[in-house]
Order: sequence, then C-alpha cells, then structure tokens
Amino acid sequence: MPAATENIITVKDLVKKFGSFVANDHLTFEVKRGEIFGFLGANGAGKTTAIKILCGLSYPTSGKMSVAGFDIYTQREKVKKNIGYMSQRFSLYDDLTVYENIRFYGGIYGLRRKEIDTRTHALMQRLGFESARDKLIRDIPLGWKQKLAFSVAILHNPKIVFLDEPTGGVDPITRRQFWDMIYEAAHEGITVFVTTHYMDEAEYCDRVSIMVDGRIAALDTPDNLKKQFGTFSMNEVFIKLARA
Amino acid sequence: MSDITVHVEHLTKKYGETLALDDISFDVGKGELFGFIGPDGAGKTTLFRLLTTLLLADTGTGSVAGFDLVKDYKNIRNISGYMPGKFSLYQDLTVEENLKFFATIFGTTIHENYDLIKNIYQQIEPFKNRKAGKLSGGMKQKLALSCAMIHKPEVLFLDEPTTGVDAVSRLEFWEMLKRLKDAGITILVSTPYMDEASLCDRVALMQNGRIMTISTPGQVIRNYPLSLLSVKSSDIYHLLGELRDYPGVHSVYAFGQSAHVAFSAQKIEPEALSEFLKKKKHESVEITRIDATIEDCFMELMNSPE
Repeated sequence: MPAATENIITVKDLVKKFGSFVANDHLTFEVKRGEIFGFLGANGAGKTTAIKILCGLSYPTSGKMSVAGFDIYTQREKVKKNIGYMSQRFSLYDDLTVYENIRFYGGIYGLRRKEIDTRTHALMQRLGFESARDKLIRDIPLGWKQKLAFSVAILHNPKIVFLDEPTGGVDPITRRQFWDMIYEAAHEGITVFVTTHYMDEAEYCDRVSIMVDGRIAALDTPDNLKKQFGTFSMNEVFIKLARA
Repeated sequence: MSDITVHVEHLTKKYGETLALDDISFDVGKGELFGFIGPDGAGKTTLFRLLTTLLLADTGTGSVAGFDLVKDYKNIRNISGYMPGKFSLYQDLTVEENLKFFATIFGTTIHENYDLIKNIYQQIEPFKNRKAGKLSGGMKQKLALSCAMIHKPEVLFLDEPTTGVDAVSRLEFWEMLKRLKDAGITILVSTPYMDEASLCDRVALMQNGRIMTISTPGQVIRNYPLSLLSVKSSDIYHLLGELRDYPGVHSVYAFGQSAHVAFSAQKIEPEALSEFLKKKKHESVEITRIDATIEDCFMELMNSPE
C-alpha cells in the first residue's frame, strides 16, 4: 500500500435525521488516500444513508464533510466528478452492448470520443473481453458484468470509488478475482470505499468501520479489531458488536 | 420409500439456449435440512420453482411427499411452504394482514397453527400493524418465513433466505431453521454463502445448472483431494502472486488475511516455503497445515474437469 497520510474523505459529526429517526448519529472518521476502507454494518444500521451523503446525492442534517477535497454542501458537482460508484445491482444497461455501455458512461463523465475508444481498448485487453465488445450485457456471464461494472466505475480515473456490496451472488473464484481488481485500483492510488456482507472480505480491507444503530461502534485495522475483541475472525467481531 | 420426502430424477430445464438445469437427480430424506450451495446462475431458483410446481421441467421426473410434480401438483402445493428469493408479500398490507391472508388461502387460521410460528412471529408481532413494505430486511425475512409456515407444511422450500442479510440476522435465521427441523419439518434451502453449508445435514454444491457433489458437509471436506497450508505475511498482495510461482503449488486463494495454498503430488515442506518467502522479503510469515473449508472444496470442484 502506498504510504499515504493525506485524508481523502473527512467526516465530522455527520448527523442525518428522517423525522425523529436518527439514521446517522454523529459519525466521525477519515479515509486515507489509496486506502481500502470497509464500511460494515447490519441491515438498517445507516450505511446506505451515509454513502448517499458522501456521494453528494443527499444532504446531511448537520456535520462537516469533505470528499476528494471538496465540500459536501457547496461543491457537490465537483464531488460527483471525482468519485465512481458501483451498486449492488450493477448499473450497466442490459440492452446495450459492452462497448455502448462504456461509451455511455464515458460520455456522462465528459470523456472525449477518442479518449473513450483508447480506454475501452485498454480495458477490454486487460479484462480479456475483446470477444465480447459487441455483445449485449444481458448475454454475458454475471462475473464479467461485475468486473465490467467496476471498470466502468473507475473509467474516468476518480479519486475514490464507492462499492456497495459489489460481490453479491458471484462464485468464490470470481469473488477473489474481483478483489484482485480492487487491490490493483488501490495500488494505482484510487481510494476504495466498500460495503459487504462477506466477513472474509472485511479482512481484505486496510481498515474497517462497523456501524450499529446509526453510530460507528468500531473502527480499526482488521488485526487490531480481532485483538480488541479477542476473536479469530471478523465474523465474530461483527456478531459481538451487532448483538450487543 | 416413506422416508424420502423429495425425489428427483434427471431434471433438465432450458430457457431458450440457456441450460438452467442439466440432468439433476437427488433425494432428500424426511426431516432433513438439505442445502443447495452455489452462486447466481447455478440453477437453484429454477430447481425450487420446479419442486414447488410453478414451472414444468423439459425432461425428468420428481415427487414431493410421494406426490408427482406434474400430476399431483395441487397436493404438493397444499403440503409445501415456499419462500421465494425475491420478497413477495403484499407491501401495502400490514404484517398481520399478510399472515391472515396466507392462513385463509390455505383454509386455516393464525390461531390454529400459532404454536408452530410462535418463536419467529413473536419477534415481529410488536410491529403487526406496520405495512410489510416498511419492514427492515431481517423483519421481512421473518414475516416471509411465518407466512410460508402458517399452513403447517410438511416441506419448506427456502430460496436464498439469507442473501443480502447481515451476518447477525443470518445466524439468527439458521437458529430458527434448526428449531423447525427439530419440529420434524423437511427443509430445502439454497444459499450463495459457502459458510452456511456446515449448518445443513447434507448439501449439494451447484454450479452452471449442475450438481458437482452431494454429501454431508463433513464428507465433502474429507473428499478434498489436496493438502492445504494456510500462509500469512505482512504483504498479502504480493504473497498471492509469489506463492502461485512456487514449485508444486496447485492453487492459491485468498481467505481473509491469509492465503490457502493447495498442493497434491509434490509435498511442500513448510520450512522450505518459509525460507523462500523470507528471501522474497516477506515479514511475519506464518504457515500452518489446515483442513479444507467448503469454499476450498467448491473452488476445487469448479476447476476439476469432469
């Protein structure tokens, strides 16, 4: 991992209320540049709410936040230009071809046609998908879709990529290949902010935060968390925290 | 054959060109907790739709509790409980209305079978006037299971009940299944989470429409054909690549913060491997011999040509 000390995300006292319900209760944390940051929590703990705010899709009730150096209240469009996002149910269009999807997203991020073509070519080669360039997304295997969705999410070289349960449903080998891609992106300096329900994947992260009922109940390296809770796996750490 | 609850022979199902199920055969015994383990696209949902008589197979035969999948579909529907993978309750009915609806359809009442669902339903009963669409993931799952159970079925078909559910809710769900099994109900459950295999009496590992193996979880692990070392170092990213180049290594997979190194013909001495890694400047190297997990077995089966 590059020895980076620069913070790419800073969150101070983030509060988000829906009526009287407090979804995010004074979250405070930083994410370093190039880090793989695991954002874990039980269903309903407030993860999605926080991610939406960090992506500039929803306003917080209060708190100070900056993402990629930009203020979350006043520079939302700049935030959006500097991040990538891949959701659980990947964001590719089923009835467009592989190439058309890449072109579409490239266009959205303001890349020029020529640039898109160069990047598409490089991307297809790296993934070994050359033969699938003109296939419809609905006709390619799930594992390919997921790798492609990730590649598209970082097509514009964002500073940060948000991955919301990126590996749901894939086979164990593809899941590991996916993490190889995550490591690679992190080595190239892209910060990875990832949620998952697979607790072994939590151990691939440099640091992990665990949310319980709208608050961050723990935040540290997987090793330190296991030591702190006297367990052998992140699964046990998670269960101890979420059941408490 | 009264101790067999589900019997299936050579089931095949195609969607256009796609072979969703490829010659599937198996038996599930009465009172068994049987797991279908595999990723999306393995054929789990198609299989469950065939068994619940919602789809017809292209070829092959099968029966549930002695009733034929085609001829006796009405009987099968009466004695089966089905929890589909996608939440399929009425979002704009309340918790209690949903349960009442399912009870009425099957000609029974909540009161009549309350004992059976009590343990599960009590956890969501405080919210019985809330609309189902407004429930959290874990609560929806409990309501769906209650609705699948309310007519006191002999067999339960649960299609990926724990997908997308957090580790704690998954644990609680499996505790509920254990209690239903103890009450004598036969349970067929599918899951993409390999670690849930050990909670089943027997499992079928599925991939691309085929069953790769059927056995008890313990036997699946004993059948693993290779030897395994767990290797840790301070730099897992480079460790994986370098281990793959080590002579005699069959496969290397990341498992959390360690790498599982499999080898067969050639013995690998942990001492020699440790020396090799130290030369590659790895620090805090730890090597231990380990038994395979179901996930190791699954990946090895995926790679084995048949």
